[in-house]
Amino acid sequence: METFLGIDYPTLWFLVVGALFSGYAILDGFDLGAGAWHLFFRKEESRRIALNAIGPVWDGNEVWLVIGGGALFAGFPILYAAMFSAMYIPFMLFLAFLIFRAVSIEFRSKEPMPWWRMLWDICYCISSAMLGFLLGVVLGNILQGIAIGPDFEYKGSWLQFINPYAVMVGLTTLSLFMVHGAIYLAMKTEGRLFIKITLLLKRAILFFVVVFVITTILTLLFIPHLSDHLLSNPLLLVIPLLAFLSIANIPRLVSKQKYRYAFFFSALTMSLLLILVAVELYPVLLLSTINPAYSITVHNSASSVKSLKIMLLFVLIGAPMVGIYTLFVYRTFRGKVKLDETSY
Amino acid sequence: MDTEILARVQFAFTVSFHYIYPPLSIGLGLIMVIMEGLYLKTGDKIYETMARFWTRIFALTFGIGVATGIVMEFEFGTNWATYSRYVGDVFGSALAAEGIFAFALESGFLGVLLFGWNRVKPPVHFIATLGVWLGSMFSAVWIVVANSWQQTPAGYHIVGTGTNARAEITDFWAMVFNPSSVDRLLHVWVGAILAGAFLVLSVHGYYLLKGRYIEISQKAFKIALVVATIFSCSQLLTGHESANGVSKNQPAKLAAFEGHYDSLAKADMYLLGWVNQEKKEVYGPKIPGGLSFLLHYDFKTPVTGLNHYADNDRPKAVNAIFQFYHIMITLGMMMIGLTLLASWLWWRGKLFNYRWLLKLFVFAVFMPQIANQAGWFAAEMGRQPWVVYGLLRTSDAFSKSVGAQQILFSLIMFTLIYVLLFALFIYLLDRKIKHGPYDDSDIESRPLQHEISEVVENR
Ligand code: HDD
Ligand code: HEM
Ligand code: HEM
Repeated sequence: METFLGIDYPTLWFLVVGALFSGYAILDGFDLGAGAWHLFFRKEESRRIALNAIGPVWDGNEVWLVIGGGALFAGFPILYAAMFSAMYIPFMLFLAFLIFRAVSIEFRSKEPMPWWRMLWDICYCISSAMLGFLLGVVLGNILQGIAIGPDFEYKGSWLQFINPYAVMVGLTTLSLFMVHGAIYLAMKTEGRLFIKITLLLKRAILFFVVVFVITTILTLLFIPHLSDHLLSNPLLLVIPLLAFLSIANIPRLVSKQKYRYAFFFSALTMSLLLILVAVELYPVLLLSTINPAYSITVHNSASSVKSLKIMLLFVLIGAPMVGIYTLFVYRTFRGKVKLDETSY
Repeated sequence: MDTEILARVQFAFTVSFHYIYPPLSIGLGLIMVIMEGLYLKTGDKIYETMARFWTRIFALTFGIGVATGIVMEFEFGTNWATYSRYVGDVFGSALAAEGIFAFALESGFLGVLLFGWNRVKPPVHFIATLGVWLGSMFSAVWIVVANSWQQTPAGYHIVGTGTNARAEITDFWAMVFNPSSVDRLLHVWVGAILAGAFLVLSVHGYYLLKGRYIEISQKAFKIALVVATIFSCSQLLTGHESANGVSKNQPAKLAAFEGHYDSLAKADMYLLGWVNQEKKEVYGPKIPGGLSFLLHYDFKTPVTGLNHYADNDRPKAVNAIFQFYHIMITLGMMMIGLTLLASWLWWRGKLFNYRWLLKLFVFAVFMPQIANQAGWFAAEMGRQPWVVYGLLRTSDAFSKSVGAQQILFSLIMFTLIYVLLFALFIYLLDRKIKHGPYDDSDIESRPLQHEISEVVENR
């Protein structure tokens, strides 16, 4: 197979998709997390500030999902087809919550009536939380593997996606997003709201650590094959080690009030955990629980080398452009939130 | 109901709903660019007020466009798994490019467009508006290229056989410039711009009828009228080019457009009509040999008809296709007529003298919307029974592992959500229109006194 810098093209594209999804987790992670806190703020002004902290950027963050989805379709059509049709119901719910979340943000501020605002606040908070949770559920199913048949079609029942392990991964994801989101809000707020957020943040960290430990134990006990790569190549143990250090660093920085650094480390934690998932799975993308030979791998599901080359070229041209205007947008809206007449 | 029908109904429903909003965003984007450009050039605050007002409405259409668009992207995988496997290699690169080049551009600058008025200087803001508009134009490029590829595939070869067969790309540029993409892209762009321009005409026409915000509305109406006139007339040309292309690449579709069955006969062109699918006849006023003339510049040349194709190789719902196609053309002609009339009155200095004309413009907002939907229905139904023309049948393309109940569930779910969404959209649009072009904050600049006296006068 053709290679570039010693790496074959499907693997390169696997790295690109991985980078996109980790970018998505970091970016949308903080605004989903911030949304999940929404009902914890009681005063109208606090809610508006929290909402406007993500106001100018959430849509741009969501685009990473669109690009990630497109990249998966383009690079691994077989995986895209199998995964999305197998987890039909969770993806449909995911879409419904995405819509609800977008419209809540958009509609909330359009009317002054308290019941109207309350309605959209509830809708916004629940959908943000459910999106984080469902992403985790899907990840949990990918980690366990699903019933893929010899023709790359799903053979299981449509309810199998909901199982204890997937629920635990869902909770872990949600709580990590909430930690990440609270740190972001702490950077963007001041006064009493700021103090409230710092208190919530401490509890969130505790909750995250508890579910994370439980999920890790479950993984080691019930999905032993996931540790195979780590055990056969001890060098890779560096990744979980770094992840643990990075997690431990978050409360340390938070108690020192260094929120920017804490944000960096919660972002790093997400990337490291996703890298860990990638290392554990590779080259398998979706394990078949019927017969490992039916599994969908990086190589049997990839598009042609020609197609991958074209898309890599796109990424090389597009990524710096995306980077430049993302920076521009975040610079324009840097600093604490100030409400004006264009705010939500 | 069987899975195939349900999957098709669901796709058609969600995509049609999605397609209400992107054209508005694309069209309003252009108008906002013009308004802000005029503000930069003249320094006249009134253009800024106008642009700000339309930005607020744009935010609404854009938001719903994004939310419903993500549904479309995921639906390829959930509902059309076989199709996704088949076309992924070719089609995926177009979708990926759309994400990287178009969506990232528009959503990135969107924040600055909506929230940056007080944070960046006017020229920077103008660049952001331009970025969002160009981004939305690009997003139409890639999605239309992908759709055109499935209408007229090019630049690929087939690997594997049976259920494993799939298309692989051999020539990227041949794929991008497949025989129908340029024609259809232009046609879609123009249709979208018309949708935006007619919305502006409708809202400001309404203000003029009510005697509110007169000065700003007259200016905005004129801007939109120029855009609408130019693009209604160009739509005739791009539509003609598309029809020419269809006659070469998808003759069965063209035959269905005009209900033409007999390959040995000249082809007529109907102004309107009814297709009797059993008797294979069309009733209605027609220009005998009109289609032959448009295609071959000769009234007598025979045109390939539907009879030429085996029963399972040609579209079934000929009458529906015929009607959608003719609705689009009729509306296109009406828009040309209406905008030319208004432009002529403007030239004579009498544009705002006739209330009936303004009333017509208030309701004309539906014309481009209906034409856009009808156009897609004609194009997509005329392509049946193929998903990828001549290569993959629709009946083979859906997800085998998804049951009818699941699709029914999602169909009901989306119907409920979209009905709600649509009601909210209309409600908020109405609120924004009633609220008018002035911010609460610039109360001083709001021509209150002036307005009240106008209202009183009108009573
Ligand atoms: C990039 C691809 C693409 C694009 C831009 C569109 N479509 Fe399409 N359309 C498809 C790809 C497709 C498809 C996936 O290929 C479908 C699904 C089933 C089928 O036969 O084709 C389809 C089917 C389909 C059907 C059902 C036809 C039938 O089953 O008889 C309708 C009514 C539309 N589409 C309408 C639209 C509208 C209103 C669009 C405007 C946005 C549109 N399509 C854009
Ligand atoms: C099946 C076909 C389609 C799919 C899969 C699709 C996919 C998408 C997706 C995923 C988004 C959200 C992107 C974001 O977050 O910004 C979107 C929005 C958008 N789409 Fe579609 N789309 C389809 C049809 C079309 C067509 C035919 C056009 C134009 C002619 C179009 C133009 C746009 C535009 C301009 C937006 C930005 C949002 C807006 O302006 O309202 N789409 N689409
Ligand atoms: C005035 C005369 C018009 C003619 C002769 C015409 C012709 C056509 C033809 C032949 C197609 C099918 C193309 C294909 O299947 O590849 C088409 C599709 C379409 N038309 Fe028109 N059209 C006209 C006006 C309009 C107007 C006014 C609008 C909207 C404002 C519109 C919107 C569309 C859309 C959205 C499609 C589907 C996309 C496509 O296939 O290009 N058309 N038109």
